[in-house]
Amino acid sequence: MSGILNSSIGRKFAMALSAFFLMIFLLQHFAINILSVFSADTFNEASHFMGTFWVVQYVFQPILILGVLFHFVMGMILEIRNRNARKIAYVKNNGSANSTWMSRNMIWTGGAILLFLGLHFYDFWLPEINTKFIEGDMSGTLANGEYRYFEELQHKFVDVWRVALYCLAFVFLALHLLHGFSSAFQSVGANNKYTRGLKGFGKAYAIIIPLGFIFIALYHHFNH
Amino acid sequence: MKLTLKIWRQKNADTKGKLVDYQIDGIEGDMSFLEMLDVLNEQLINKGEEPVAFDHDCREGICGTCSLYINGEAHGPDRLVTTCQLHMRMFNDGDTIHIEPFRATAFPVIKDLVVDRSSFDRIQHAGGFISVNTSGNTIDANAIPINKHDADTAFESATCIGCGACVASCKNSSAMLFVGAKVSQFALLPQGKIEATERVLNMVKQMDEEGFGNCTNTGACEVECPKGISLENIARLNREYLAAGLKG
Repeated sequence: MSGILNSSIGRKFAMALSAFFLMIFLLQHFAINILSVFSADTFNEASHFMGTFWVVQYVFQPILILGVLFHFVMGMILEIRNRNARKIAYVKNNGSANSTWMSRNMIWTGGAILLFLGLHFYDFWLPEINTKFIEGDMSGTLANGEYRYFEELQHKFVDVWRVALYCLAFVFLALHLLHGFSSAFQSVGANNKYTRGLKGFGKAYAIIIPLGFIFIALYHHFNH
Repeated sequence: MKLTLKIWRQKNADTKGKLVDYQIDGIEGDMSFLEMLDVLNEQLINKGEEPVAFDHDCREGICGTCSLYINGEAHGPDRLVTTCQLHMRMFNDGDTIHIEPFRATAFPVIKDLVVDRSSFDRIQHAGGFISVNTSGNTIDANAIPINKHDADTAFESATCIGCGACVASCKNSSAMLFVGAKVSQFALLPQGKIEATERVLNMVKQMDEEGFGNCTNTGACEVECPKGISLENIARLNREYLAAGLKG
């Protein structure tokens, strides 16, 4: 089995599995965030549950961080091997004649998303860890006794430059998913009569989810 | 038709190459691309210069010998053709045409536009065969009933001529379409079942050892393949490999 994971196909298979996991997480993240547009109370309750339930905190959260790290490290390993497979580049190469821009630039769109994750962790994850595990405040409330999650979310989206960076990052996410969604299925060997429909679903997912995140950021910027 | 050719010239595998400009005139639209290069070489020989080395054999699109990366595409701008089937009518009077060898670490340049594609042969040797009794009592393949869809799909895979356009077109120099086709042509037929597990494991192992890149599913190989080998072959290769890995 270890021999398989050291092969080109095995590495791509592992990359696809981590991609499936991250795409499911993204859907879950969006489902909770969109609540903030409809009801501050529901968003607060959902956030408090996710932030304090031990299964989420001590099981899913470490798995998620490992999943992100694995996807990034494996992506880099594959990229290095791919570059070594052609050490002398073509003088003239017409890549757009046979493939999409998204498929040829996954490493760059992925890198942009990784940079965004740094900002996102700085904005939300690190303060959350500090409040809960360093200061030891698991109440999830402000001094006035109200939940703090919705308040913190709106506060982050006051700065126009931060909103612009978030929107730009979601454009890169859409570009990454436009190729990555169907590519992951191909990497696990799924290419059959359902492939056409799956590609259509993948395009819808790749556009709707990032657009939804952009909508949430803009909504809170203009309604704080 | 008057053309400017920018052709990769490289003395041998150990020297650095470069693009050299050539002017050529009197090219007809009905000529094939290789015939155009023949005209150029005749001119070069008459001037006492070294002719351009390029691979060719059958010149009817079935042997897989010709190659060339023409204006940034394997086998040039036309679809479902090899370079020998590419007509000069695809170009316009006054055009500049870039002609380079197929580029991949696993396809080192031997001279000018000629590359060493023996890495494909070694992948085939690793498992691209079936064991058949040839002692005189061979059973005709048609004696074994085979589902029509499977037979047709296997035949489509078997039309791969091993030219290497998939590797040349892939941004990662992946050989997955070639190996996928060679595994698929046997995987779908009863004769191929006996050695299926070892075949796919050995061929992928050899493919990786040769230094080909990883498939990132850009689909460039499928578009540039002169025989229209589809990406389904890569998906089948993935399935066969993962199943074989779990078995053995």
